[in-house]
Amino acid sequence: MIDVNLIIEKLPAFFGGTDGAPILSTSEGLQLTLELLFWSLLAGLALSIPLSLMRVSRNKVLSTAVWLYTYVFRGTPLLVQLFIIYYGLSQFDWVRDSWAWQYLREAYACAILAFTLNTAAYTTEIIAGQIRNTNHGEIEAAKAMGMSKWLMMRRIVVPSALRRALPAYSNEVVMMMQSTSVAGLVTLADVTGVARRVFSDTYMPFEPFLTAAGIYLVMTFGFVWLFKKAEGRWLAYLAPRKH
Amino acid sequence: MFLQGYLPSILEGTLLTVQVAVASLAVSVVLGLIGAMFKMAPSKPLVWLAELYSTVVRGVPDLVWMLLLFFGVQMMINDFCTYMGWPAPEINSFFAGVMTIGFIFGAYMTETFRGAIMAVPKGQMEAGLAYGMSPLRVFCRITFPQMVRFALPSFSNNWLVLVKSTALVSVIGLNDVMYRADTAKSITQEPFTVYAVVGAVFLAITSVSDFALKKLEKRYSSGVRETEL
Repeated sequence: MIDVNLIIEKLPAFFGGTDGAPILSTSEGLQLTLELLFWSLLAGLALSIPLSLMRVSRNKVLSTAVWLYTYVFRGTPLLVQLFIIYYGLSQFDWVRDSWAWQYLREAYACAILAFTLNTAAYTTEIIAGQIRNTNHGEIEAAKAMGMSKWLMMRRIVVPSALRRALPAYSNEVVMMMQSTSVAGLVTLADVTGVARRVFSDTYMPFEPFLTAAGIYLVMTFGFVWLFKKAEGRWLAYLAPRKH
Repeated sequence: MFLQGYLPSILEGTLLTVQVAVASLAVSVVLGLIGAMFKMAPSKPLVWLAELYSTVVRGVPDLVWMLLLFFGVQMMINDFCTYMGWPAPEINSFFAGVMTIGFIFGAYMTETFRGAIMAVPKGQMEAGLAYGMSPLRVFCRITFPQMVRFALPSFSNNWLVLVKSTALVSVIGLNDVMYRADTAKSITQEPFTVYAVVGAVFLAITSVSDFALKKLEKRYSSGVRETEL
């Protein structure tokens, strides 16, 4: 029932080798998925650290503003956010006239922007939660050492919160990796995009979508394994005693 | 006129989106309960089956599942009917969408319910059995009311993710809020306004459910004292 030959024939397309070209000759498929994921996670994490500090700050205006941002982005589907950026921004003349339009007209930049804002919202809440959970003793010790507020944040609170955020963040990374599949709906040829193209060329649904599913499954296992390792490295001090 | 009168159409699509979400939730709860029971069954093959289901489904994006199941199952049915010499039936896309989303979130619910059932002290069930209740009655009267409290936080989270996932069903041809927005977008030439309205619709759904589920959590936790630090 499933045509194995078709799977083998189309497999290179998922790794950048369309139409008999050698693999990795284009960035289509897996590479594009990983690129989108890497840039949006990097930018999202960079954004979420200052945002989480604002979220826990005593300044009501700051914390409410960040809360509103995370509330809106966590309460709406990523697809809608992507469409607002990709289709929606063209409604405004001032966006079309700005220097940014050369990027914002491209699906690639729009996808990274949407993914970044989305993952930053979730990550901000994860880190803010862990900052609130910081052990009192750690803060008291830092104060007793005479650290200023910022030094304490930089050396004690944030590193400690980031470590403890690791298990929740690993979930977010896997979720984000799977979410990048919506890029295939705005003309991008990521793993899902390639599968959709093979489907419309051959009209065979099982072969391309099963291949894509297999690739995502392997990536999921890969990330889970990687984060287990990372937790063993950075969270060892919280593990239950073995002896 | 706001959005050239397309607002009612979008709101009508919202109704369909909510219907898909609620129906899928029902399917996923049933599958989740079955999955959780399999996972705790004494028979090894059942445990493996449930393990396979919850691992593989959660490891692949919703969108890929929807495309695979919707187009794949449709082709399988068509092939089968051609083989048997029957006319190929048209699959109802509402039914297909609900089954697909229900199947995906059943895997998440399996984990939710397994954890919740395990959190109920075993002695409770044993006491029920000792009173001569049938296993089904023990489940309905003893296990279920107590596991709800443990299941609700994760259940709420699954529901919120499920609602947001229904935004994808327009891909398989459902006339939902995203599909209507697509039409409205091309005609009004106001894509930002259209999708902002759709975003607001989803935000309203998630906010209302969040509020209601918090209330429910409170209700099912009555009689449990929170630790105060």
